[in-house]
Amino acid sequence: MNNVFVYCELEGTTVADVSLELLTKGRKLANQLGCQLEAIAAGSGLEGIEKQIMPYGVDKLHVFDAPRLFPYTSLPHASILINLFKEEQPQICLMGATVIGRDLGPRVSSALTSGLTADCTALEIGSHEDKKAGKTYENLLYQIRPAFGGNIVATIINPEHRPQMATVREGVMKKEILDANYQGEVIHHEVSRYVSDTDYVINVIDRHVEKAKHNLKGASIVVAGGYGMGSKEGFDLLFELAKELHAEVGASRAAVDAGFCDHDRQIGQTGVTVRPKLYIACGISGQIQHIAGMQDAGIIISINSDENAPINAIADYVINGTVEEVIPKMIKYYKQNSK
Amino acid sequence: MSLKIIVLAKQVPDTRNVGKDAMKEDGTINRAALPAIFNPEDLNALEQALRLKDTHEGTTVTLLTMGPGRAAEIIREGLYRGADGGYLLTDRAFAGADTLATSYALATAIRKIGDYDIIIGGRQAIDGDTAQVGPQVAEKLGLPQITYAEEILNVDEANRRITVKRHIDGGVETVEGPLPIVITVNGSAAPCRPRNAKLVMKYKRALGKQEMAATTPAYADLYEKRPYLNIQEWGVADVEGDLKQCGLSGSPTKVKTIQNIVFQTKESKTLSGSDKDVEDLIVELLANHTIG
Repeated sequence: MNNVFVYCELEGTTVADVSLELLTKGRKLANQLGCQLEAIAAGSGLEGIEKQIMPYGVDKLHVFDAPRLFPYTSLPHASILINLFKEEQPQICLMGATVIGRDLGPRVSSALTSGLTADCTALEIGSHEDKKAGKTYENLLYQIRPAFGGNIVATIINPEHRPQMATVREGVMKKEILDANYQGEVIHHEVSRYVSDTDYVINVIDRHVEKAKHNLKGASIVVAGGYGMGSKEGFDLLFELAKELHAEVGASRAAVDAGFCDHDRQIGQTGVTVRPKLYIACGISGQIQHIAGMQDAGIIISINSDENAPINAIADYVINGTVEEVIPKMIKYYKQNSK
Repeated sequence: MSLKIIVLAKQVPDTRNVGKDAMKEDGTINRAALPAIFNPEDLNALEQALRLKDTHEGTTVTLLTMGPGRAAEIIREGLYRGADGGYLLTDRAFAGADTLATSYALATAIRKIGDYDIIIGGRQAIDGDTAQVGPQVAEKLGLPQITYAEEILNVDEANRRITVKRHIDGGVETVEGPLPIVITVNGSAAPCRPRNAKLVMKYKRALGKQEMAATTPAYADLYEKRPYLNIQEWGVADVEGDLKQCGLSGSPTKVKTIQNIVFQTKESKTLSGSDKDVEDLIVELLANHTIG
């Protein structure tokens, strides 16, 4: 009872990276709280699924295996969580801020009247004093996220309602195996006890999933452009530099919104989070949502004609100049000096 | 054969164009300095509704919004583009609502409207980016949901079924489900049609109760002669809302702290864009194997 739960998202029978990242974080939170870590896997053909999940330090895995549970649809998965949570009374539930997690989380939180915070960038345990009510709460989940277009960072708490629910984007937390032979309990639940036939109302009639076109998330060098790149053609310059450096190209939301670059290359709170050893920010001012997606980069270079651009404050190297002038020089001198 | 569609729309501060005066010295938001706009993805949702109106004769599109008196602007904006009417949910008791309390209020208003086949809204609002209100409204009404919709492909009125193309992580899928249903629309869906000049002429004097109280309309008798110029406002009592579930008291999530953004400054080298500076940097990065 009152444990930390992680909903494991599945594509076929593969657990999503974001879920493994959350299991890693969930394990740490459970240790801090002195409770157990439990996981939920719902899909079909899940024999042996525990091999992917237990090594992250899962004490109890709840498996729901039935033909109609994959592909994901909202109501059957929501019923599983709602009914399981009524029995198990978790104190915390984490899920990916993916299309699935953001479809499922609110439905579950509404049914249980529990609070849910979307797209958290940090999760911590702490206390809270409600001076008005004269009450002190211990061991609350601090759900920390940029808000209001990234102009503020808010710490959200749910003092009274359980579970405390949060979604987190892929790449925000680190994925780390605790022990390849970690021993936990696997419980195979009878799905019909949790999901009624009337929950299967949505039929998936066609589905295309493609492997990502690029490996932005895992790239060791990222060349990212912002609104300051000026145009789609401006981004061609970035692709040229990226090709030389064996880097991937990323973009700020402003550049994506302006149509300079595809949405799947967006870096930041509402895009991909990257941890490259080198991050070259070109014409990016550095809104907090963007910073949230790249601040753990090893070395940050900012190329900006505005010397007061906020990103310069976290950059290791600031190049005061225009991207049109500096990037061709970088390409030129890289070609000259490498080899 | 016709459809009854309710469009959920929100008036939001334009967080994409935040200027230097947007934050007050004490770290709180200076809402007055931010322009209020129609939440972008709600416009995508409105377009999907209007397309159904174009193709399914007799269909009505009704806007529902929650906010202060000035949010009547959202209803007018919808009317200018082809909606048939709208309701502004407005009451001090709704203030301070998180997504759950917001969903509760919207669900009570939808029940009061009563007759609906499709409830459609944007995936998320740009001031919160949570994407929670759509699914929570669906849950409160006991309806199925289709989120991240790209396009409504077909509505089969006879069999009461809807087919929708939706965005999923790494791809797209086509799903099919029953009416009534809640749909949230992705920003990548078709943009909303512009205002229609004739409709602007027809509705430009439409006012909500609070707006009317704040100014003396120039043509007072107009509002009796043309009832469609009166934008309906509902308070908690009108929708028979439970005060405990509204606003701040109906919100499980509380804001503990708000920090204004202050970046940690680390030691940084400032370079010019000169050939020498750029070459020195590249050589340094090559030497320490940052780049290969």
